[in-house]
Amino acid sequence: MHPTLMERLAILSDAAKYDASCASSGTEKRDSSREGGLGSTEGAGICHAYAPDGRCISLLKILLTNFCVYDCAYCINRSSSNVQRARFTPEEVVWLTMEFYRRNYIEGLFLSSGIIRSSDHTMEQMVRIARELRTTHGFRGYIHLKTIPEASPALVEEAGLYADRLSINIELPTDAGIAELAPEKRPDGIRRAMAEVRLKIEEASEPTVRTKTRQRFAPAGQSTQMIVGADGANDATILSTSARLYGSFALRRVYYSAFSPIPDASARLPPTKPPLMREHRLYQADWLYRFYGFGIEEITSAQTDGMLDLDVDPKLAWALAHRERFPVDINVAEREMLLRVPGFGVKAVNAILAARRHRRIRLDDLAKLRVSLRKIRPFVIAEDWSPLRLTDRGDLRGLLMPEPVQLSLL
Amino acid sequence: MPAVILKNPSDFGEWRGAARDLLLRGAAPDEVEWRTGEISDLFDGGPVAAIPRAGTPPRVPEAFLELAEAVICHSDPARFALLYRLIVRLQSDRHLLSVAFDEDVAAARLLEKSVRRDCHKMTAFVRFRETPGTQEGRRRFVAWFEPDHHIVARTAPFFARRFSDMDWMILTPKGSASLNGDTLSVAEAPAQKPVLADPTDALWLTYYANIFNPARLKVKAMRAEMPKKYWANLPEAALIPSLIANASARVAAMAEQARQNPPAFHDRLRARRSTEEAPAPIGDLATLREEARTCTRCPLHCHATQTVFGEGPEAAPLMIVGEQPGDMEDLAGRPFVGPAGKLLDSVLAKAGIDRSAAYMTNAVKHFKYEARGKRRIHKSPNAGEIDHCRWWLGMEIDIVKPRLVVAMGATALAALTGRKTKVSDMRGRMHELAPGRALLATVHPAYLLRIPDARLRKEETERFRADLETARNWTYD
Repeated sequence: MHPTLMERLAILSDAAKYDASCASSGTEKRDSSREGGLGSTEGAGICHAYAPDGRCISLLKILLTNFCVYDCAYCINRSSSNVQRARFTPEEVVWLTMEFYRRNYIEGLFLSSGIIRSSDHTMEQMVRIARELRTTHGFRGYIHLKTIPEASPALVEEAGLYADRLSINIELPTDAGIAELAPEKRPDGIRRAMAEVRLKIEEASEPTVRTKTRQRFAPAGQSTQMIVGADGANDATILSTSARLYGSFALRRVYYSAFSPIPDASARLPPTKPPLMREHRLYQADWLYRFYGFGIEEITSAQTDGMLDLDVDPKLAWALAHRERFPVDINVAEREMLLRVPGFGVKAVNAILAARRHRRIRLDDLAKLRVSLRKIRPFVIAEDWSPLRLTDRGDLRGLLMPEPVQLSLL
Repeated sequence: MPAVILKNPSDFGEWRGAARDLLLRGAAPDEVEWRTGEISDLFDGGPVAAIPRAGTPPRVPEAFLELAEAVICHSDPARFALLYRLIVRLQSDRHLLSVAFDEDVAAARLLEKSVRRDCHKMTAFVRFRETPGTQEGRRRFVAWFEPDHHIVARTAPFFARRFSDMDWMILTPKGSASLNGDTLSVAEAPAQKPVLADPTDALWLTYYANIFNPARLKVKAMRAEMPKKYWANLPEAALIPSLIANASARVAAMAEQARQNPPAFHDRLRARRSTEEAPAPIGDLATLREEARTCTRCPLHCHATQTVFGEGPEAAPLMIVGEQPGDMEDLAGRPFVGPAGKLLDSVLAKAGIDRSAAYMTNAVKHFKYEARGKRRIHKSPNAGEIDHCRWWLGMEIDIVKPRLVVAMGATALAALTGRKTKVSDMRGRMHELAPGRALLATVHPAYLLRIPDARLRKEETERFRADLETARNWTYD
């Protein structure tokens, strides 16, 4: 019997959940009350629900089909898996997107697919869905399309006309890891696809000579995902791969996805619980690299094995290893150094910089900025505070360790 | 003490009018009592009216208006007095809002944050249910939502921008909003909770249950962003307890699942793939280029985007060899397309050489760089990398059989001669590369781009052009 739409929705959303990204932010502004059609985008994305895995549900994240000719060991949809298979018609995906959107369940569509027949055949179907949504149905919400490896440049170009974001997953931090676990995927092909998208985005952002208007190509940029813990790569390797990806392809985000056990798993993979804390630390390190002026070397050199400290966050780990750089006088220090104080976020630093033009700042003032005094006390000098020897105490790490938190109900 | 009675609990215009009047009368913050209610006269008696209006109208910074428009929507009864205190203090301290830890500023920011969050959650958690009947072809939807603050009027325009092709109504205990055709209306009166049902909710629940990954249960993270107070009006929230309760059993079942044989279509795919053997190399450029695509002779391939192979006619009489692809060449997959390539193009044109008739390639086929911040800084290839890549260059020369090879820069020269040589020692004269094949050495165009002195750069560019003219004369005359 042909499965119902609901049964297929169950299969094809279950098949899509290992993609971590659900972002719907950072695209151009669109407004159906002025442009007609349905939907809007206004810069910030919206998470319409949260699942008990703590992940935001912003987009209808589904596969067009979970049939796949590839046999990537970590993937629930690999050809050797006995998972139940299904496919949507393009019309069904369009209908689900529009009806879900109307009820305010979602910000838009995140469409991916197993590879059926050929890369181009698969990509064509996905582009067709995006085109129908935009042109036939006047859909102004968010569209994220997964780029199929080895799809032809013309299809990627068309995808960028309709999609807000394009992404292609690098999957594993090293070429050797890809060769081992995803033998049909070609790392150079993946990198080439990202380069193509980057060049198209840059080309489109240049105003045209005649009309001075900018073309539209994936205005929310591109992203990728790396699986953490399926191969032997350490955090230093993972983060330097990220740095290269950011530098080479101007990615908006690299997502880290703790390898999560899947039904009918390949014997080649660890059947363990996903390393959620490791994933969390990688995101923190990624943030330090992108927004706090840290180099990858600085972040990963605190430990000798190339792994991040699981007990303390990477910024605190760096500060504990570089006590000579502290304490920092919050009334005079440069922005770059304030950003390196464990416990200060970008917002707190901005508030300090704005306020100190008019007042001297005391330690208690920081509490009103919702900064944890316990965390920053050893690292700062304020109008009425100096840590004296606290900065250099041997047991400082123990004093600053977070209380053990319960990660899950398990 | 004078009391100000506001009709609307969240109308910024009304509050601003009252505050302006009070300021002009010089009323001190602790002299005024703020209330909301149904009394039409703004000022409830008291001596305020007796105070004479003082000179200039009060001024406030733009940032205050933005802050106050949000704070006024908060349900805290103290918000009016707090805002009035801020506006009075701002008259003598223009920079007050820059001091985020000032007690009043911090309190107002907290209220602002809470209102913004409530608005954001409303845009996220309103669930429209379709109701029967259409009006002039427009479908109709109704939602029930329970906000913490008086945010319906503030948030309604968002829904109007988003859902403009349908008629909708959002009912809340703190007022309602609706769109009928082009008309957005907002009402203050509390609404009654309607009975709502929509069959599409069942599909949404199916999606919610299946997008959840039981192996990564993080209930606290979920509740931080989707607090329980919202659950009553979220259809999917009814699933949460059972999803949590069954998660560990589902993970255990995955781990214990006996290994199965792959499905039949996997074996068919395998069989098909093994018959699609790669064709044997036939020794032309296209085959060589395809083979080079997967070259792993040196570690550079993991860092670069792709192999940048040579391009040009298979029987070009002139071959130009550069150092290695740069940032742009690496992304585009073609040699000489970055800044140095552009300079080379213009000098080639001046020297009378048609680029498309020459074979252009590099000594090293992968981009070598150092990631610094978000930029990639070029690094020269080392002797080992040049040596590994010579194999490809040799094959290109063997196939193209050029009469003249131009080496641009020391790396190209080293790759072609097999030894480290200074460009200046060999520049300007023809050398024999092989019988019937000459070698001419010159600088790399990137070197010209790096000369800071404009006069010197011009001189050097002229010398470079002269070298290329020599190459043209030798090749084509």
